[in-house]
Amino acid sequence: MSLLAVRDVSKRFGGVNALAAVTFTVDQGDVLGIIGPNGAGKTTLLNCISGLYRPDTGDIAWEAETISGMAPYRIARLGIGRTFQIVRPFPSMTVRENTAMGALFGRPHGRLQPGAALAEADEVLDLVGLGEKRHYPVLRLTVPDRKRLEVARALAMQPRLLLLDEVMAGLNHVEVEQALEMVRRVRESGVTIVLIEHVMKVIVGICNRALVLNFGRTLVEGPPAEVLKDRRVIEAYLGERYARSQEPPSDAPPKVVGNQHHPRMGESNEE
Amino acid sequence: MSALLKVSHLNAGFGMTPILFDVDLELGTGELVALIGANGAGKSTLLGALSGLVRLFGGTVRFADRMVTGLRPERIVASGLVHVPQGRRLFGTMTVERNLLLGAYRRHDRQVHEDLERILHYFPALGDKLDRDAGNLSGGEQQMVAIGRGLMARPKLLMIDEPSLGLAPNLVDRVMEIVKTINKDGTAVLLVEQDVVLALDIADRGYVLENGRIVMSGPAAELRRDPAVRKAYLGV
Repeated sequence: MSLLAVRDVSKRFGGVNALAAVTFTVDQGDVLGIIGPNGAGKTTLLNCISGLYRPDTGDIAWEAETISGMAPYRIARLGIGRTFQIVRPFPSMTVRENTAMGALFGRPHGRLQPGAALAEADEVLDLVGLGEKRHYPVLRLTVPDRKRLEVARALAMQPRLLLLDEVMAGLNHVEVEQALEMVRRVRESGVTIVLIEHVMKVIVGICNRALVLNFGRTLVEGPPAEVLKDRRVIEAYLGERYARSQEPPSDAPPKVVGNQHHPRMGESNEE
Repeated sequence: MSALLKVSHLNAGFGMTPILFDVDLELGTGELVALIGANGAGKSTLLGALSGLVRLFGGTVRFADRMVTGLRPERIVASGLVHVPQGRRLFGTMTVERNLLLGAYRRHDRQVHEDLERILHYFPALGDKLDRDAGNLSGGEQQMVAIGRGLMARPKLLMIDEPSLGLAPNLVDRVMEIVKTINKDGTAVLLVEQDVVLALDIADRGYVLENGRIVMSGPAAELRRDPAVRKAYLGV
């Protein structure tokens, strides 16, 4: 039985088909990467799973029980945590207090006592690498650290499935490596992960499967290495520059990491 | 010929907290200069200080043969120093056209509509979306509007903060190509970009900012080869 089963889910906004009959499953232990052009419906999909949107048609099942249409807080308490692209911590609280919020209110079996929630926060902050900054006011955090805090807040709910919406955006190559380490630790702690990223280093570095959305539909699904070689994916999303950078070098020295994963200035990317 | 922008001994920060220390930076007419550094190094703060949004503690900013140190942001914009902020910062419930025209709010000449045409030439994808709300565009289109809005002010120098943020790989290519074209057409560019390879690939020169100080500068090709830069920003 799949942990999460998304079946035929559609969502329209006005005249736009944001999602059109999307179907896939997530198994325990998976790290599924969702990629695709801006506006393809990736965040809409996460919003449907986490209950911010109710799908127009189709069904979303969590361990074989329908959750589509349930309130977001109930879905969270069932064990589905998520992060948001635009982070919004409580600005007047410390890193530790922000994290404790997830433990206080997001647990399946009633609330924790504040002391227990803070202790839980400390554990989670160590896992994401913010342990030493737990007493910082959140406004002192840099962008990469704010993303870590976003992950910590979700983890404090002890989710079994974690939905990550672009937690690597705005990070440089070195910072991406560090964030990747954090996601690996989360996976090793037993959490199943669905993540949206535009950084291909992340998709090949940690995902066992990739799903490409384009205009609200599934374009391709499969192992990342195959998906990223697919002509349709190159045309709709990656661009020719990326494709060329992936070709085996003739007799070139080892390539710069950025060249492999961050294509530049393709020439045939007219929309 | 004197520099278009000359920043000398600039110190700036928020409240009582200093962020930038003794920054010296020069940029010539028509140049494309990259400003690189880790998150938190002070890159966006420096752009904010140059555009009058962040308080200066000391130092001078000379732009187009005038001192602009301490001027109000709208005066700085009027002098031709224009800032495209990180995260686009569009007016989401206003149309694309109004967002673009807002970039020209300081101008009183008759060429505003000609310039709008010119911008649609750079960004043909926006042509049939002028009456759509900017908030409903995709991330890539929003970035195009943000750059377009900056161009509507007729900048001599356009400062662009992380144009690739959150964009699909093929759109990153596209936006970078446009930045390069804008520069070739005569507008100087100061580019802040997390993707250091990308930035140094299109730039003439670069500055490296670390903990609020300029620690290195030079031709982009040299910085790309520099072992310290490669280790710190490319992870190789």
